Amino acid sequence: MTVFIIRRLMQSIAVLAVTSLLVFVGVYAIGNPVDILIAPDATELERQAAIARLGLDRPVWEQYWVFLTNLAEGDLGRSFVFNEPALKLILQRLPATLELAFVAMLIAVFIGIPLGLWAGFHPNGVSGRSIMAGSILGFSLPNFWQGLMLIMIFAVMLGWLPAGGRGDQGEFLGIRSSLFSLDGWSHLILPAINLALFKTSLVIRLTRANVREVLPQDYVKFARAKGLRQRRVVMVHVLKNTLIPVVTVLGLELGNVIAFAVVTETIFAWPGIGKLIIDSIFVLDRPIIVAYLMVIVMMFIIINLIVDILYSVLDPRVRLADQRA
Amino acid sequence: MFERLTILAAAMATAASLAVPPASAEDLTIALASEATSIDPHFHNTGNNNQIVFHIFDTLIKQGSSQELEPGLATSWGPIDDTTWEFHLREGVTFHDGSPFTADDVVFTLERAPNVPDSPSSFAGSINSITEVIVVDDYTIQFKTAAAYPLMPNDLSVVRIISRENGEGATTADYNSGAAAIGTGPYKLVEYVPGDRIVLTANDDYWDGRPEWDNVTFRPITSDPARVAALLAGDVDVIASVPTADIAQLADNPDVVLSQGVSNRVIYLHIDSAREVSPMVTAKDGSEIPNPFRDVRVRRAISMAIDRNAIVEQVMEGVAIPAGQLLPDGFFGVSENIEVPTYDPDGARALLEEAGYPDGFAVTIAGPNDRYINDEQIVQAIAQMLARVGIDASVETMPRSVYFGRATGGENGSEFSLMLVGWGSDTGEASSPLRALLATKNPELGWGSTNRGGYSSAEMDAALTEAMQTVDDTRRAELLARACEIAMGDVGLIPTHFQVNTWATRPGLAYIPRTDEYTLAMNVVRSE
Repeated sequence: MTVFIIRRLMQSIAVLAVTSLLVFVGVYAIGNPVDILIAPDATELERQAAIARLGLDRPVWEQYWVFLTNLAEGDLGRSFVFNEPALKLILQRLPATLELAFVAMLIAVFIGIPLGLWAGFHPNGVSGRSIMAGSILGFSLPNFWQGLMLIMIFAVMLGWLPAGGRGDQGEFLGIRSSLFSLDGWSHLILPAINLALFKTSLVIRLTRANVREVLPQDYVKFARAKGLRQRRVVMVHVLKNTLIPVVTVLGLELGNVIAFAVVTETIFAWPGIGKLIIDSIFVLDRPIIVAYLMVIVMMFIIINLIVDILYSVLDPRVRLADQRA
Repeated sequence: MFERLTILAAAMATAASLAVPPASAEDLTIALASEATSIDPHFHNTGNNNQIVFHIFDTLIKQGSSQELEPGLATSWGPIDDTTWEFHLREGVTFHDGSPFTADDVVFTLERAPNVPDSPSSFAGSINSITEVIVVDDYTIQFKTAAAYPLMPNDLSVVRIISRENGEGATTADYNSGAAAIGTGPYKLVEYVPGDRIVLTANDDYWDGRPEWDNVTFRPITSDPARVAALLAGDVDVIASVPTADIAQLADNPDVVLSQGVSNRVIYLHIDSAREVSPMVTAKDGSEIPNPFRDVRVRRAISMAIDRNAIVEQVMEGVAIPAGQLLPDGFFGVSENIEVPTYDPDGARALLEEAGYPDGFAVTIAGPNDRYINDEQIVQAIAQMLARVGIDASVETMPRSVYFGRATGGENGSEFSLMLVGWGSDTGEASSPLRALLATKNPELGWGSTNRGGYSSAEMDAALTEAMQTVDDTRRAELLARACEIAMGDVGLIPTHFQVNTWATRPGLAYIPRTDEYTLAMNVVRSE
């Protein structure tokens, strides 16, 4: 397993290098950020001065080389519009996105898996069919529309919850988070639901399909024949085998939720990294765009690694060292 | 529409006059459509940031709601000879930390403002004319210029004064953290949380009286419907940039008060009137033709083919004012003799025929799709109007991150032939658009820096040059108006409309609209 992890990490460095090059050249090709950032009435001399200040007057390969040498010292560059280190800006906003993703995934798991199990055990009942119909809705509603509807219903019409923003953060064991304050939760719940709806539907469908697959298996029949209680059959024999593919998908989905919560964060004015990256793309703030993608790629690599390890724990048939990953 | 605007303007005037001093302490939450990226008043010269630092830092000369110049940290100013301006500073003003404001802080500000490291857009342009600063005493300061320079008050009305004591060696990060964000302004910075909120609190010792609101929170809500929902839900008290599509509905809502005002931003078509061959103009069969826009008759025909009232009524839902020149009525240097061109498709066809294009030609109109209010729809509407006079007009719109780079272009000039752009006059007078958009390119003077159409008229340049050397306001206004008349007579560019901005507040409040489009807590008033 150690060999496996080391090999994985070496591959990830190559992936990071390629990503950074692609993004760097890609953003360079779109245009010159100074054309957007500079005051329109600036003279040509000032424009040239600003371009030089940001180091954009040098050829692109030289700019990339500067980026690489700084990277070697752990410096991912400074944002053009914030004038602060890009990595700091991303890490500053990461907790907001993480807590949103965390709550959304919890909702998806704790609502999706029980409903999926139920639908799997009662595929022809009214309840099972309703759950499946509901999951189709969760799949197909556009995220932004759904978010606006949540705001209209719970914030504007009922007035129960705030329409957006992050609210106060509480402190627990030295960590500041919305999860530790009531006001924080009241701000968190709507965007988390919005983010979770799609994932919940996914989990429901995945769980149900796997239950249907596992139920006719010999070991389930044998367990029942042995006279085990229904509860034990469900919780051990069915659930455990059902969960293996669900864990893989959830792992990848967690990465997706963190990296692409852009729509939800924009609608709910949630100050996370999704909102940061979309604003940065609008103004071609290259250091942030590059740093963001590096962080996200790194995150996906780590999540995949953890998923693979979890997989081997859940399914003893899988041996990591045997894989040519 | 004019009627509605007038009524609103009247309502606003009433609102302002009814504004009562605060009966009780109150807080204000304002949702903005864009995010301020720094509290450093000199790092990035952009409206998003300027409107926030406006609260914390003062300028020597303040810009009022219509960008009229008012005494700020300077009580009076004037030229004492052709190349010297003298400013008398307000005595007894203190910074938020209690330290006194003196001429030395002005000197320090002028040293730092053009030299902020990594600044993507500095204030150098507003300071470059000063060749020497002379401190006469703590409250008198003189600025020397190389030649007569009438725009000194306008230029200095955008440069925010920082304190030497707190600002020496301070970086942008020190301003963002609040350590150096110590000004003389009506509000003090409490905290700046990037992407989430900026919290200000009243400066009890403000030289112009304690401000109306105790605590002010600015929140960026970039999504239009979400911003409106936040107001309807009562999360925020004021929202900026109400989307035009929602205005009619909100006007009928008793829980919302709308405030509207014309801005200093003209939306116009820049037109390639210089190059022999223009990149996006062809014959109708696609073959290359000489640039028809070099002929003033063709340019005038296009201007006549545009139904400005239709753009205002249909595309802008009534929330704009048709434009015939670079700034709305009432601004310094605007000509009273320029009418909004009348819509005349027959006249346009006749002019095209006279110019040798009886069958028209083909052109692609370029525009941004995320910069100005309804920009993409405006370009599409104009393309249809041109089609009616026989010009095959197609449309190409793109995000501003791509658009402005291409509009400026490289060595061969703009990549476009006919393009939709906007211009807001930060100085609040006509020389700003004349110098940038219409003057002949002259890097030394900094003229024509945004002249993407390549318009060049010796006569206009001469009038502008004379204006820029005339300190006498009345005479300069005449010269600027004359320059406007020449440029508009030549159709150097084609103005379509002035943007009108809309703010919405909860009942009991109103917003005094600003022509510079800023959203300031100082302009939120009580209205009952």
